[in-house]
Amino acid sequence: MASKFRKALESGKFVVTCEIAPPKGTNLKKMLHHVELLKDKVDAINITDHQSSVMRFPSLGGALLVKESGGEPILQMTCRDRNRLALQADLLFAYTRGVNNVLCLTGDSVIFGDHKEAKGVFDLDSSQLIMAIRKMEKGKDLGGNDLDGEMEFCVGAIVTPEANPLEPQLIKFEKKIEAGAEFIQTQAVYDLDNFKKFMEYASQFPVKVLAGIILLTSAPMARFMNKNVAGVSVPQNLIDEMASAPKEKAIDKGIEIAGRMVRRIYEEKMCHGVHIMAIGREELVPEIMAAAGLI
Amino acid sequence: MIRSITQKKSDEEINRLLEGLNRIFIIGCGTCATLTHTGGLPEVETMAMSLRDKGKLVTGQMVLPVACDNMTGEMLREWSSKMDQADALLIMACAFGVQTIARQSRKMVIPALDTLFIGKETAVGCFDEICTQCGTCILGETGGICPVTSCHKGLVNGPCGGTNNGKCEIDSNKDCAWTLIYNRLKELGRLDSMRKLQAPRNHQREPSPGKFMISPGAQ
Repeated sequence: MASKFRKALESGKFVVTCEIAPPKGTNLKKMLHHVELLKDKVDAINITDHQSSVMRFPSLGGALLVKESGGEPILQMTCRDRNRLALQADLLFAYTRGVNNVLCLTGDSVIFGDHKEAKGVFDLDSSQLIMAIRKMEKGKDLGGNDLDGEMEFCVGAIVTPEANPLEPQLIKFEKKIEAGAEFIQTQAVYDLDNFKKFMEYASQFPVKVLAGIILLTSAPMARFMNKNVAGVSVPQNLIDEMASAPKEKAIDKGIEIAGRMVRRIYEEKMCHGVHIMAIGREELVPEIMAAAGLI
Repeated sequence: MIRSITQKKSDEEINRLLEGLNRIFIIGCGTCATLTHTGGLPEVETMAMSLRDKGKLVTGQMVLPVACDNMTGEMLREWSSKMDQADALLIMACAFGVQTIARQSRKMVIPALDTLFIGKETAVGCFDEICTQCGTCILGETGGICPVTSCHKGLVNGPCGGTNNGKCEIDSNKDCAWTLIYNRLKELGRLDSMRKLQAPRNHQREPSPGKFMISPGAQ
């Protein structure tokens, strides 16, 4: 069962992915609405895995829902909540249900979330999870035991191009590729000249890169990210531009900026596509794509 | 020297643990808990005063030189008459001390401290956890800095995305272990060591609870 998303990556087209967070509870209405709205407009939809360590409906359940709705899911898997047995078991299940794209992440610390006293597992790290998947595809589990039945995933990982210091992050990036990552979705980038430099380096590796775009919703939100989100740096000129818009028009300004960035990445062929994160405002992804002239 | 790092439990928790126990014997420790100001002579005296204020009878108090030492048994026997009068022993030592005393005494033991970690004094009054006794030492590949302990997530293949200007995502007072390792290996010209993809760790090198016998079979 070949992944549709892998085909899109290999087609040479400009690939667009976005992400949806499952609900806190069993009410899937809003999520379903977003899936319906986005499934035919983007190449794949990431389903986040207890994002920011907040307990939610599982990413595997969300990915199944995308699949059942006719969309192409990318299952996000962090190493925070499951040991190697549970991670492998979930991969087996995902594959049998047609979920065959996976993004491997370490995961935020539990202390950021809403179960602050929980045990963080981290039995594997992101590169070891990638290794595990590639091993399973060859018919063996991490214990070296035979697996009955085939398995094939399109496997991705993340990188933070604006991390400081950068080189340790790049060493890890190379290890993820060595482990078998075939696509990379980056942490949010805002300084595209910086990103171009990153791509000059990254393009030597056999990996498809999707630039991370986080929709700015207001100037305070941009300042908040600069202060609190590691590896995200919104330049002052963009914060000023957000601040220049009247409050009720701030979101339009954010869409304009995101659209402009996507357009430039596309026109200058900086990388293979974009990963749009409209955190909590997923319904705006088509507007960003329209602002970029992609639809 | 390795030290057992402790912190006093909250008054609420100590009150709860001592509920219904009116006659208390207090034991401090002259080693680590003295160094961390959690169970030395001044802290034991403060605790005795505070218990009296709460209407408890302190049948006695002492500071053992090294609570986790086997000599503790001898010391306890010397003080046995005052201990025998107590409903419980309130121990202001680390959990090694609490358990050593529990094995040598017939009394109920109540810890007044939480044992945070086994650490090292890295500056005056500053203690850092640097080894978690994982059983599979990788210091030879990380420039002598332990990521299993010093990285919040125990990652062995490099930093996570939360690394921030050399600090850990969970606390800007804590260094990112992988920035330290990177700097050290770079200085040593050994970044190749960091580039090596490390296999999943063996978490069962010595299955918990640890036990080690110099001559297997001898007990």
